[in-house]
Amino acid sequence: MHRHLYPAVATALIFLGLALSVVAQEGPSDDDVNRVARQMVCPVCEGIPLDVCTTEACSQWRAEIRAQLAAGHSDEEIKAEFVRQYGERVLALPLAAGFTLGVWVLPPLALVLGGLGLWAYLRRPRTSEPAGLSPVADPAALAEIEREVRERL
Amino acid sequence: MLVDVGYFALLLVLAATVYAAALAVAGARLNEPGWVESARRALLGAALLLTLSSICLLILLAGNRFDLEFIATVTSRAMPLYLKLTAWWGGQAGSLHFWAWLLSSFGAAAMLRDWRQERAALPYVIAILAGTLAFFVSLVVFVDNPFARLWQSAATGEVTVAMFPPPGALAFAPLDGRGLNPLLRHPGMIIHPPLLYLGFVAFVVPFAFAMAALITGRFDAGWIRSTRRWTLAGWLFLSLGLLLGGRWAYDVLGWGGYWGWDPVENAALMPWLTGTALLHSAVVQERRGLLKRWNLTLVILTYGLVIFGTFLSRSGVISSVHAFAQSAIGPLFFAFIAITLLGSLGLLWRGWDGLADEQPREGWFSREGAFLLNNYLFLGLTVSVFWGTVYPMLSEAVTGSQITVGPPYYRQVTGPLFAALVLLMGIAPLLAWRQASARRLGAALCLPLAAALMVMFGLAVAGLTSLGGLFGYGLVSLVGLSTVLEYGRGAQARCRATGEGWPKALVRLITRSRRRYGGYAIHLGVVLIALGVIGTTFFQIETQGRLAPGESLTIGRYTLTYIGLDEALAPDDRIVTTATVDVAERGTRLARLYPHRDLYVRSGQPMTIAGLHSDLAGDVYVILADWEELSSAGATFKVYVNPLINFIWLGGAVFVLGTLIAAWPERRRAVARSVAAPPAHRAPE
Repeated sequence: MHRHLYPAVATALIFLGLALSVVAQEGPSDDDVNRVARQMVCPVCEGIPLDVCTTEACSQWRAEIRAQLAAGHSDEEIKAEFVRQYGERVLALPLAAGFTLGVWVLPPLALVLGGLGLWAYLRRPRTSEPAGLSPVADPAALAEIEREVRERL
Repeated sequence: MLVDVGYFALLLVLAATVYAAALAVAGARLNEPGWVESARRALLGAALLLTLSSICLLILLAGNRFDLEFIATVTSRAMPLYLKLTAWWGGQAGSLHFWAWLLSSFGAAAMLRDWRQERAALPYVIAILAGTLAFFVSLVVFVDNPFARLWQSAATGEVTVAMFPPPGALAFAPLDGRGLNPLLRHPGMIIHPPLLYLGFVAFVVPFAFAMAALITGRFDAGWIRSTRRWTLAGWLFLSLGLLLGGRWAYDVLGWGGYWGWDPVENAALMPWLTGTALLHSAVVQERRGLLKRWNLTLVILTYGLVIFGTFLSRSGVISSVHAFAQSAIGPLFFAFIAITLLGSLGLLWRGWDGLADEQPREGWFSREGAFLLNNYLFLGLTVSVFWGTVYPMLSEAVTGSQITVGPPYYRQVTGPLFAALVLLMGIAPLLAWRQASARRLGAALCLPLAAALMVMFGLAVAGLTSLGGLFGYGLVSLVGLSTVLEYGRGAQARCRATGEGWPKALVRLITRSRRRYGGYAIHLGVVLIALGVIGTTFFQIETQGRLAPGESLTIGRYTLTYIGLDEALAPDDRIVTTATVDVAERGTRLARLYPHRDLYVRSGQPMTIAGLHSDLAGDVYVILADWEELSSAGATFKVYVNPLINFIWLGGAVFVLGTLIAAWPERRRAVARSVAAPPAHRAPE
């Protein structure tokens, strides 16, 4: 690169920097703020998503999110910062770590165990019945069942 | 005077229920039918007395009796009469009283049925209904009494709440009450709690019959048949309650959504899930004599979840484990749930051997197998919802740190299960009992499957990129068409057999087997609801922006133009700030909307009412999020486009219609025929 181009490049960089800073001053849009807020819940009301809550506390939190977005933090960084300050309860989606892992583990575990139970129930050997004759179709068998039930009373 | 009458009527109800429970069991054990009859009358008397107590409370509510603490908290002079009356279930003490009154009425209705066939079960049904009623009435009498008055100490001026005057205290009445929470003043909220409570209470009756069957050792499907209509009624009320609750949330909460996976919502959903499982698996027991133990487990679980649901919404346990310990209500509920669960599971255990399957089981590939899979999925959903609901409490109790289990969790966990249930709903009705034929299933599914693939292909070509949405719409097309074809096949067979015309054949088909075709109508309702749920889950769009008057904002194919802002004081003590907004679709003006924010001055509570433009394609839902007080120069709007959401309400209507068809009593002629049929076609009585 020719030496005499340096001032030109420097000037261009300065202008670019200025232009970028103007863009940055535009700041994050409401939609950006809501995108982050939606993943958190209101600090004072029970379980109300942060993006829709109308309380004063929530609008302060949203302002805080806006400030952090403007400072260039990513969504994940902002959430981590809120967790650090206020605890895990600010997150709408519980973390899959520590004690909270339990909330993620049990439903699939229950499904697997239930599935095994169902499989065991359906594969157990069938009780031997005279072929081609349903016990319900046979009044004698019906009476037999009745008698058996009565005996057990 | 009215206060004392209402309260002493409650004390008498408590005495009557204890008397009824004890005498019924003693009468059964000592073989004294006279005692059982006396117990039955005591339960009827309890219902009358509780009605008297309710009338007293209603008159007091209407009469601005603010010397009663409950009435001072939920009503105010400015409230219209209908709101004062419905405030009965607007606060804790009143809603428990209301719950007890509903239960006593249902109990009385059960007592008035024809008991000649089931004399042996009667004493235990009385005991269980009376026991449950006694529990709720004792909560009302001893813990949260709506008749408790305010007293002011003459010496210190301190105001206390008590039924009877503390020494040295004078009656105290504030000039006006605090008034009902504005969020609860919506018509949806006025009808929604009674419907849920009706659903909860109706499920107590099948539980009572099931337990009576276990105690008396009648292990057949008798209890299921006797209580089918109670179960269906409970289920219908719960469904209606859930639907109206969703509509209320959509209209009043201003979130753009209808279901927030809130613990109280979950509390109502869980018994609905197990109740739905029971309605399906009961068919297997009636038809094939299988799953007796399972059905009893389900009815016990449903009853437990009903009490648990009331506990969740009434004990304060949701906000914090510590709030739970502060009121006596929580621990009492907890103890009651533990005792009834242990007791009923103990009874089930005792009768276990007698509850074996009557017939050989068949494999997976049968209607029975499909019903089992249905139950598996419903129970999977119940466990997931239950776990998500209680985990924050568990976490707080164990680790001391609070966590939130929010809507994204439930969407991830329950989404696949709901999708599997919808798929099963399309396939199961095509399977035969005992052993289904793969060829027949394939033939029946051919057309719906082709249609589903075409829908998916068409949507993909049209530019739909969401995979979940594509599969969702494909699934809904498959199941919807497969269900409609079931009606078609049935009607066609009738046409051929009887020579009737199509419309007549279709009507006859439905009226002749109401349970089956009512059930399919419910399935169609679910398909429509699923259509709306898929639309809003995968394709909802939202944006937020600040506009000056005359400025516009674009979302999807809609443009919103802010016209102006208006502030007014409404007669019922609220400041209403209304924005005027025009909505246009691709340049054509659709509607003028008035989203508003109401501020209730006395309670300081704001309420956000969306401006709504609805059609079958979806809703434009506009919220006035913020505005500049002085200049009214600009306002911030939050706008949602909710595609296909109205299919949820439409599907809800079809769902309810289907339930009514299924529950409608069969005509006498049909009953006579089924009685005359040879026993070969009937399950053992």
